[in-house]
This record gives sequence, structure tokens and C-alpha cells, in this order.
Amino acid sequence: MAVWRGRTKGGARDAAAPEVTDTSAPATSAMLDVRDLKIHFPTDDGLVKAVDGISFTLDRGKTLGIVGESGSGKSVTSLGIMGLHHGTNAKVSGKIWLDGEELIAASAARVRELRGDKVAMIFQDPLSSLHPYYTVGYQISEAYLIHNKVGKKAAKQHAIEMLNRVGIPNPQTRVDDYPHQFSGGMRQRAMIAMSLSCNPELLIADEPTTALDVTVQAQILDLMADLQQEFGSAVIIITHDLGVVAELADDILVMYAGRMAEYGTSEDIFDRPAHPYAWGLLGSMPRMDRARSERLIPIPGTPPSLINVPSGCPFHPRCAYAANTNGKSFNEVPPLRAVGPGHQAACHLSTDEQRRIWGELLAAQLSVADSDQQREDA
Amino acid sequence: MTTPVTEPAEVPAPASDALLTVSGLTKHFPVNRGIIIRRRVGLVRSVDDVTFDVTRGETLGIVGESGCGKTTTARMLTRLIEPTAGQIIFDGRDITHLRAGAMRPLRREVQMIFQDPYSSLNPRHTVGSIVGAPFRLQKVKTEKGTKASVQELLELVGLNPEHYNRYPHEFSGGQRQRIGIARTLALRPKLIVADEPVSALDVSIQAQVVNLLADLQTELGLTYVIIAHDLSVIRHVANRVAVMYLGNLVELASRTDLYKRPRHPYTVALLSAVPLPEPAKRTAEGGRERRDRVRLVGDVPSPLNPPPACRFHTRCWKAQEVCRTEPPPLRELAPGHQVACHFPENTPAA
Repeated sequence: MAVWRGRTKGGARDAAAPEVTDTSAPATSAMLDVRDLKIHFPTDDGLVKAVDGISFTLDRGKTLGIVGESGSGKSVTSLGIMGLHHGTNAKVSGKIWLDGEELIAASAARVRELRGDKVAMIFQDPLSSLHPYYTVGYQISEAYLIHNKVGKKAAKQHAIEMLNRVGIPNPQTRVDDYPHQFSGGMRQRAMIAMSLSCNPELLIADEPTTALDVTVQAQILDLMADLQQEFGSAVIIITHDLGVVAELADDILVMYAGRMAEYGTSEDIFDRPAHPYAWGLLGSMPRMDRARSERLIPIPGTPPSLINVPSGCPFHPRCAYAANTNGKSFNEVPPLRAVGPGHQAACHLSTDEQRRIWGELLAAQLSVADSDQQREDA
Repeated sequence: MTTPVTEPAEVPAPASDALLTVSGLTKHFPVNRGIIIRRRVGLVRSVDDVTFDVTRGETLGIVGESGCGKTTTARMLTRLIEPTAGQIIFDGRDITHLRAGAMRPLRREVQMIFQDPYSSLNPRHTVGSIVGAPFRLQKVKTEKGTKASVQELLELVGLNPEHYNRYPHEFSGGQRQRIGIARTLALRPKLIVADEPVSALDVSIQAQVVNLLADLQTELGLTYVIIAHDLSVIRHVANRVAVMYLGNLVELASRTDLYKRPRHPYTVALLSAVPLPEPAKRTAEGGRERRDRVRLVGDVPSPLNPPPACRFHTRCWKAQEVCRTEPPPLRELAPGHQVACHFPENTPAA
């Protein structure tokens, strides 16, 4: 984490900066304010627009869930906020204000000061993100040593305390264990202990429970909710599992092909989703809380390539309602517009039409499931 | 269940129309230490005394957490690994210890779908050669030639037959899984063992593959054994569900029974741990209410030293002395509903 790579400040990122027109200070007092974030990767095959204009805000003590399929730009967004595209050929533009401080134009040294201290991250696969050669205690105390003027003894004591906080039994002895001596759930707890060791104000969790079994996942989700209450951090949770975001998130951002498809509160997204992609996601998952329907309703086709994003609305080749928009979906990129208080969607369908279609879809899904269930019970 | 198999066709069929009957299936992996003097220092009890049968045309789902022996069971069913003990009867023949040569004709009838569509397709072979491999290996001559048959298969699983000459890297994850399924279907098998067929796929694609598996079953009269850790997927695909914990079969029931009236405490905990796609209720302060659920503490113990008697007793909230001393037998508590527990849940009050 503390390897000095001697990066030049800015570089590729400065070149992209003039594109941004809005350079004013953040209007809100939010912990995190991301505006028009774009992360593009030039490759031999063309420009990969991994993230293409993402804006959101996140308050202290709140949780934002970012959902989307693989390749929708979720992880690239999180790495962008962590400043981890430094030193790659990624072109990053837009604004990221963390507690009033702009991060994209900030120096690499300044971003490194914040990373691990004010912003921390939990990675998906705890086995490959822990170093097999160092003890768990050493890895937890590393960031604490760098960001605080303390000795090794105090840092180790702190690591023991953190392990205790995340519910690892016998932290005094386990602190000297190596990652391979921990089980999957314990490794993820150790990762969480590591990320919380400096009491970060913003915590980014990238698929924190995907590699875990369902009973352990439930433990980790509970732990994250408890720790958030205790530490009052703002949390971004990135996942493809709508069940996990429903459990934790206050707000949800649905991403598709690097863009925002829909953004609103959890209730907005689950109870009155406005974007056909969100309808598709909700319809395609098998649900344990409803009667079982005989068939799932998949989204046809596959996610688009990020080099050749379809013209107009990126979702139109897979959308059943693209024809309802007078051809707009095929030619015009839909802007993100309000469809309710604090609820935005990037779709050409009118708000009334969105409500009507979702109402019909939901009623159809429920009635099919009910009749299938009745047939089965009979 | 120890009928000597002298003449394969003569084994008396079980009462039901079972395509596959598994009894007392066990796999122990020895753990060896030492470079010159190898000695056995332990035994990983991956699968211990598992008994079930699969009826023609049905789908049996096997669920459990990692390390519970689901995959080992699947590999024994397809004879990719040798069972330590027990018996596997497929279509009236004991195949438990058939040698490779004798097994070969049976390989046409039992096929496997693998979990990872990226590592289970050879990147240097074209789709045509991957899907046509079964014909080649089994020296099967098809009516219209291998190419036509392969293209038919590609169409069957919803791929473009024109893509015959493409390589796996040109396809997305969902399409690759379809290629794997096409290969599985090439020889018209009777039984397909699918090990986590959709867990590597995105949710929208997962639904496509789940529907495809259902369609193929209706169309071709297939029998499936589907292994998954995702309980909501299993509820969707399986007629009957077997729940495994640390190498033991702890519950076996029809889908409706298992999800409505789970009897084993482990099944209850598994079902209640599934996160639901429904926002948790808000508290007065604007936070989220905690869901009401059974919370298991700790992790699955190591199969190297499984807890004695009932293997779940270390995490079970109902555990009593008898659970530590006496292994619970698999009993039929209701018609078709078998449970291995001393204190099952959801039993009608006596």
C-alpha cells in the first residue's frame, strides 16, 4: 500500500480536465460528491469508456449501493474514487469532492495521504487481496503505522483491538497468524478490520460478500451494518446481488454500460423502478420471497462492448420498449432526468408510461407466480 | 442394496422408476506427510454415507456451503473420481467400480456441465471442434455428418450455427456456458450432472440459462442433478432438493416441502440467510431495521476433523447432549421428506 511509485502528478488526468465545465465548489455538504466522472482507457482496439459520466452524492452515515452486471463500470468507479487509476494510462475526468476537497486534480502524494486513512476499501476476494507472506496483524497495522505517529507495539495493540471489533475469537493469538490460517469468513473480517483501522470517513466495499457462503455472508452484512453505526462512516457497496443492496443501502445507483441508468432511494429502485433495465434485473432474479413462477424473465441479449456502445440509449438493443419512444432510443442518448423526488432515470419513456408499464409488469409477474404456485400445490 | 452385478441388465429395478440410485456413497481423501517416508496423517471426509435416488425426468438439486461435498458427489456420480465406499447404480447397472473401458459406453449417457465457462473450454479449439469432440471420441457417426449435427446442437442451445469456426474467447460468459451445454447434449445423454451451472453468470444471463435447461429437459426428456449454492436458483430448477453439510446428507425433500417446511435446523438457517431483494423497513431514526433471521455463528468446521455425531451440533442452536454422542439417522418424517436430526423443526406437535 505504501509503495512510492514516483508518479508524476496529473499527467493524463490533467489533459482531460478542461472538458469539465462545472468547476464550482460542491453545492452540498455531502461527504462525497462525484460529478460527471469519466474514466476512459485507450486501448489498441479503441477507447474503452468504462465509466462515462457518473454523478452522485453521499452523506455521512449513509450507504450507497452501486449495482450492475459485470463490465458495467462499478469497480472502475470505485477504483477511481480511491485514486487507484494513478499510474495507469486511464483518462480520468470530472470532479470528486471528498469532504470538500477535490481529488482528481489533487497530487498523487495527497491522494496517498487520504487513502487508507480517510478513504478505505474492502476488496472482493479476501484470499488474493491479503498478502500470504505477512501476518494478518502486520497487514492490519501497516496503514495505521503510516498514517499515525505510533510505534510498532501500539500499532499491534491496535490491530488486536480491531480484530476483536470485527468478531475474531482470541485476537491476541490470531494477530500473529498468516492469512492461510484463517477461513474465508475470517479473512473477510480481517479485511474489514484493515479497512477500518484508521477510522475512515468513506468506506468502499467492492463485492464484499460475493466469495462467501450465504450463512457467512449474513454475518458479514450484519457486521458491516453494526460497524457503520459505530463509526458513522459513509459506505459505498458495490455488488451485482440485489438482495445484498436491499439489506444495506439507503440509495442505489444502477449502472449500465458505464452510465447511470437509474439513481434513487432503495424504495424507489425496488418499489417503483423507472428504467427498463432495472425492471429486467428485478424480473430475472429468482425470488424466495414470492411464489415460485415456472419461468424466469431474462433480459435478452448480452451487455454491450464498451468500445462500441450502441447509439442512442445504450440499453436499446435489449429493451422491449425502445419502439415506444418515436425512435428516440435509437438515436439520442437519454439524459438523466427526475422521475420523482430524488429519483432519476435515463430513459426516453415518459414518466407516466414508465409507471404504467412497471405496474403491468409487476401485476403480471405476481399473478403468473401465484397461478404456478397454485398449480403446484394442487 | 448389495446385489452382486453379474449380468448388468438383470439387477432388479428399485420400486420407483429410478435412473440413478446412490447408496452409502463415501469419499475420503488421505492427507499424507513426509517426503521419503509417506505416512498418512489424516483423512478428509469429503462425503460420508450419502444415499439418494434420482427418478427419470426429474431434477434433483444439491445445495450446501463450500466444503460440504457437493462437487465431490457430482464427480463420483460421473466416475471422475473413485468412491471410497458405497454403490452407484445407473439405469440398472452397478457402475461403482467399472473400469475405464467398461465405463466408456456409459459416458454417452452421463454427461457433466461445469461451473466455469472460461476454464472448461479449450481456448485453442474452435466451437465446432469442442462441440464435435464427443462424436469424435466415441466414434459416433451421425446421419448428416459431424458438422451438421454440431450446427443443429448450436441452434438447440440458442447459438448462431454460423459461429462454428469461432473460438471461445469470441463469446460472452453466457454464450460459453451454452457451448458447454451443447457439448453435453451431443450424445443425447440420459443424465446430466451440472455443477454450479449458472453461478459464474450475471443475473440477467443466469435467467436465460436456467430457462434453457428447463426447455431442454422438456424437449429431450433429460434427468438432471444440479448442484448449486444459491438456494433461490435451486428452488427454481429442482423438483427435489438434497441439503448437504460437511459431507453428510442432512435433508432430502420435495421442493415445496423443503422451502415451506424445512425440518433440519441447518436448512432453516440457510433459507433464512438468503438476502431478499426487498428494502429492509426503516426505523424511526431513518436507519434500517434488522431482518428477523436465524443467525449461525462461526464457520463450517474443517472436514479433516468433523465434529463427532451430528456434524452440525457446533453451530446448532438446538444442540443437546445426544447430538454430541449419537449421529442422527436419516429418517423419513413425512412422505418423501427425509431428515437427519434429533430435534427437527416444523414437526407437527405430537
